[in-house]
Amino acid sequence: MIINYGYKDGSGEYFIVIDTARCNGCGACVTACPAGVLEMTTEFDPDTLEDMVIPHLTEEHAKKIKYSCAPCKPGQDMAGSSEAVVPPCVLACQPQAMTHSW
Amino acid sequence: MAEEKKEFWRWPEYRRTVPGKDWKGAQVITAGVDVGSVSSKTAIMVDGELYAYAIMRTGSSSAGSAEKVTNWALEGTGLTIKDIHYTVGTGYGRVNVPFAQRAITEIACHARGANFIWGPTVRTVLDMGGQDCKAIQCDSKGKVTNFLMNDKCAAGTGRGMEVFADLLNVPIEEVGPRSFEIDEEPEPVSSTCVVFAKTEAVGLLRAGWPTEKVLAAYTAAMAERVVDLLNRVGVEKDFVITGGISKNIGVVRRLEKRLGFQALPMKPEFDPMIAGSIGAALFAKALYEKGQ
Repeated sequence: MIINYGYKDGSGEYFIVIDTARCNGCGACVTACPAGVLEMTTEFDPDTLEDMVIPHLTEEHAKKIKYSCAPCKPGQDMAGSSEAVVPPCVLACQPQAMTHSW
Repeated sequence: MAEEKKEFWRWPEYRRTVPGKDWKGAQVITAGVDVGSVSSKTAIMVDGELYAYAIMRTGSSSAGSAEKVTNWALEGTGLTIKDIHYTVGTGYGRVNVPFAQRAITEIACHARGANFIWGPTVRTVLDMGGQDCKAIQCDSKGKVTNFLMNDKCAAGTGRGMEVFADLLNVPIEEVGPRSFEIDEEPEPVSSTCVVFAKTEAVGLLRAGWPTEKVLAAYTAAMAERVVDLLNRVGVEKDFVITGGISKNIGVVRRLEKRLGFQALPMKPEFDPMIAGSIGAALFAKALYEKGQ
């Protein structure tokens, strides 16, 4: 399952995308995030009827990740100047389950 | 003397027992309790078939609303909450359903419920709820493959529509049909926020727009916003809409026009607001059987 956490507003699309098929629930992304945007939670798996452990956005940051994540994305807000910066949460993810849409 | 203030936003709360169904001799009786931000729904299922349901407004307490709507669904059936073998809570207030054995997110429940209501051909479910909007892709078993939820603002949600119904003094159930009583389709209102869209609508009324045209512009804006969300997860046929806004023909038709195809029609025997609670009740059955 692909989960898109985040929102779209007048300035763009801000989504943190998790592929639950890849995520191993290790929580390295949570530790890596300097802003405390992520925390581990459970999501029901209808195949096994068990809960799987995956990251999601904390309530505090869920509706403002454009700003919360900005310090990890230097230069991205300046039009045309964005160099692809890989944020620490994405870098920390060994199974490559996480991406950012912006 | 003060003039009576009508509540134009008010939508019907009701309960229903499915005709010809009985719980006597049943193996498994399960309940799915979907406590949403605006409405609470309970579906009672007997051996995996829908038996009864109720839909009402969520009160100030999630636990109280869960209990009230479930007792109402059971009213006149001879069953009480104690007779239910397994209950799953879902929705915004899912962890506050006191008699539920398990809480499952509404995403999983909506996909499963839509699969039950419309069948295995459903690939995209759009849930237009009270305070959020979810775009879900699922497989033939109703398992979620991709989803997106927008709860950042009330535009495109049921609560936004309630505010508009009140502002324009149009009963909420007439918003859809009346939005087509226009000569020409107007531009959608440009504001994505309900508060600003309301200001914009007041401006349009002052500029002499008839109420119907303002309704058209607002429902079109709602449709436009939702198409953006859908495009992010991708829209595949068959496409269905759940939640209260799916009953608003003004939004649905304008949405279909932008997508270029139609949503499957509503099934008369299932209210599209109970998709999540049906999914929860089905998971309850699976979990109960697993525990046996």
